[in-house]
Amino acid sequence: MSDVLLQVTDVSKAFGGVQANRDISLTVPQGGIVGLIGPNGSGKTTLFSSIVGYHPIDSGSIRFAGEEISKLQVAQIARRGLLRTFQQTRIYANMDCVKNMLISRSLRRAKLTEFFAPQSNPADRERALELLEFVGLYSKRLLMAGDLSFGQQKLLELAMALMNGPRMLMLDEPTAGINPTLINGVIDRLKGANEQFGITLFVIEHNMRVIMNLAQQIYCLSHGQLLAAGTPDEVRNDPRVLDAYLGAQ
Amino acid sequence: MLDNISILIAAPTITLDLVINGLLIGALFALTAYGMALVWGVMRIINVAQGEFVILGGYMTYALTTAGLPPLLTIPCAAAITFALGYVLHYAVITRIVDRDLFVSVLATFGISIVIQQLLNTVFGGDVRVVDAGLGTQFFMGGLIAVSEIKIAAFLLVCVLALVLVLFLKRSRLGQAIRATAQNPRAARVLGIDTNRVYAMTFALNAAICGACGSLVAMAYTIHPYIGLPYTIRSFMIVVVAGLGNLPGVVAAGLGLGAAENIAGFVLGTQFQLAFVFSLLVVVLVWRNWRLSRKRQYLK
Amino acid sequence: MTGWTRYIGHIVLVAVGLAAPFLFPNHQSQMAELWLFIVFALTWDLLGGQMGYNSFGNVVFIGVGMYTCALVQVGLIYSISDYNAARGGGGTVFTFDYTQYLEGLAVGLPAGAITGALAAIILGNFVLGMRGQYFAICTLGLGVAAAEIANGWEWIGAGSGMTAPNAPAEIDDISRFYYFFAFVLAIVTFVAITWLLRTRFGLAVNAIRDDEDKAEAMGLPTKRIKVIAWTISGLFLGIAGGILGNVKRFIDPIDVAFSGSTIGVWMVLMAILGGKGTLWGPVIGAIVFQITKELFWTYLLGWQRVALGLMIVLIVVFFPEGILGWVRERFPQLFGRRVQSRAEEGR
Repeated sequence: MSDVLLQVTDVSKAFGGVQANRDISLTVPQGGIVGLIGPNGSGKTTLFSSIVGYHPIDSGSIRFAGEEISKLQVAQIARRGLLRTFQQTRIYANMDCVKNMLISRSLRRAKLTEFFAPQSNPADRERALELLEFVGLYSKRLLMAGDLSFGQQKLLELAMALMNGPRMLMLDEPTAGINPTLINGVIDRLKGANEQFGITLFVIEHNMRVIMNLAQQIYCLSHGQLLAAGTPDEVRNDPRVLDAYLGAQ
Repeated sequence: MLDNISILIAAPTITLDLVINGLLIGALFALTAYGMALVWGVMRIINVAQGEFVILGGYMTYALTTAGLPPLLTIPCAAAITFALGYVLHYAVITRIVDRDLFVSVLATFGISIVIQQLLNTVFGGDVRVVDAGLGTQFFMGGLIAVSEIKIAAFLLVCVLALVLVLFLKRSRLGQAIRATAQNPRAARVLGIDTNRVYAMTFALNAAICGACGSLVAMAYTIHPYIGLPYTIRSFMIVVVAGLGNLPGVVAAGLGLGAAENIAGFVLGTQFQLAFVFSLLVVVLVWRNWRLSRKRQYLK
Repeated sequence: MTGWTRYIGHIVLVAVGLAAPFLFPNHQSQMAELWLFIVFALTWDLLGGQMGYNSFGNVVFIGVGMYTCALVQVGLIYSISDYNAARGGGGTVFTFDYTQYLEGLAVGLPAGAITGALAAIILGNFVLGMRGQYFAICTLGLGVAAAEIANGWEWIGAGSGMTAPNAPAEIDDISRFYYFFAFVLAIVTFVAITWLLRTRFGLAVNAIRDDEDKAEAMGLPTKRIKVIAWTISGLFLGIAGGILGNVKRFIDPIDVAFSGSTIGVWMVLMAILGGKGTLWGPVIGAIVFQITKELFWTYLLGWQRVALGLMIVLIVVFFPEGILGWVRERFPQLFGRRVQSRAEEGR
């Protein structure tokens, strides 16, 4: 928990009259797993979108690996190794799962000629199948991704993100809509990705059991503002967090 | 080209003449653009046959005056005919593509535009036609500025039509249904509005607007089977600049386009006037997209 | 579909292509046009079908290639302004001997390819940032703008067009000569696109079609991929334009070179008719379309263009999945893949 990978400083974002984020500051350490919780509509997804470049922020600064990224475009940020998954899954619906995986391979530092290489080399293919097997989609690998169920698409999206091997992965509700028996597997795999590949994780999650298990540090948003921060135990016992969730304000 | 610019600067009356004539035709552009925005906003369809409806209206006026009707009377006739055509087209084609992706509507209406174009060419021949409305020309500033009366009449008629249209959309029950459907078709359906009928009326109404405009075009300017596409492109450009549902913006953009086109035609030579219109479309779109990209967005 | 049977379609196509000019010597120029149409449909589908970017403006590259090729063919020997000024019964006769003619083509066609590709790079960088229907209408504007500019440009003949050089007497059958140019180009295009779709680039192009936002979020350089795809189209279309100009002999800026309302729409129609986003769809679509079109021209005196417009509407509205799409729906077993179990893959 030494180096800071992502540093968000005083970020504000308003949509028309609605202040979605107000003066939010947080840090994600290199190699850590950080959670972001908060009631519905508290501005979590807005913050995610601001970080990865879906809309401009009104004020503040976002630094990734020491570099200011709040003015960059989505793809530029992604190529720096900061990736997100979506709450509503986004996969390539008219391609089969293997192809979905193959194109998700990191082309971060790819030269142009690499685009004209064959679609799959043995190493990529092996890794793609391995990841598909892990998320339980191996038997579905030749189905069109659009024909999968929502939960399966969610798992595919996770596998695609892992395939990319980012420096930091931002997950928007990774376990929502997933079969409860698989949730533990997802937690394990996320932890595995974090430990084995050193992928830093930043996770939005509503499932308290998941986030308390997973994260080393948790931030809680409410009404667009940072409400509390700390270790899972600290946040769990913080009366303000309980209030925010139970609506007693 | 530079010579022409210096003429414009040296002789402001020429400039004024161009601008006035441009504004007069610009009103026509604005009205057709308003029709396009109506269909686009309510039905989520970009009607590429917009210009062909205009030209069709023009040919109806041509045919009816040739048959002996007084020109001014042909305006409602042309509007009625294009209204009926729009209504039929909606149930034959458009109703099947309303829910499909926007490109399908672009391609399907493009096909319709080709059919209309070729029908006009086969029936009326490929010559340029004009309808003589029997009006003279007004001179201002000691004869330096010449404006034909029919253009002024067309301008005034366009204003009246636009006013009627706006009042219709605001006040009438059908107008309210149209606006409700534009905001939320599902909710409108739940509330008992027959959205398919609303769509049919919207499409037909737009066709009628175009038909009336076309009849004015035939009297004040010229018509030709293949000149529909420029009208479509102008409408599209105006809507893109002004945005959907922005009436003052549409009027301003329409008038501005008319004036700009006339001046460009003078500076570059009339053979490049259409090239200017189409290039301007590309420039406008690229510029809009560039503006959006700075906000991390894009035209879609 | 294993082994050589997979290539039955290819073999038949090449065999028919080679034999056709000798079997039907009276229809050589229509058949040359057909091969060019296949190029048009294939390159359109690379963007429209595979990438989801529907362009009405690909005629720009055809026209640019056509003019470049003709200008080079003439310009290598004569002054272009003299040549174009003498059109319509001047005193001078411009002749090209055998070597001059071949040299002109050898330089002109590659030059057409280069200018076509350059036009795609330049225009693509401006317009490929916008999406969906905005792109479609913007390219429609590009096509007409190019036509209107060519129509007003004196040096290249303006509205009265330009004639391709007269072939020397040594080439006894000029239609057959260009038939084989068109044939070879179509084959090369087909092979190139087949290969392209098997590379990572092909995957990236499909990814952009399915969800461009996701592709961007995964770090793909989407803009660059789009521009490259259009550039490849522009390259082949540039050559195709050069050949078409020589097949048609007379280059009219609006009706031949930048003919958005004919070729520009037809290429879209051919791809959709055959089946968007498939490799063989555009080929089948082009063949069916060309035959239909020739039949219309023969039997529907004066009404053929109306019928063609109706055909567009009917296909788009009632038959959007195309021939291959329809076959796939009726006979899915033909398109299935044999799925091996994990053990069979030798793991």
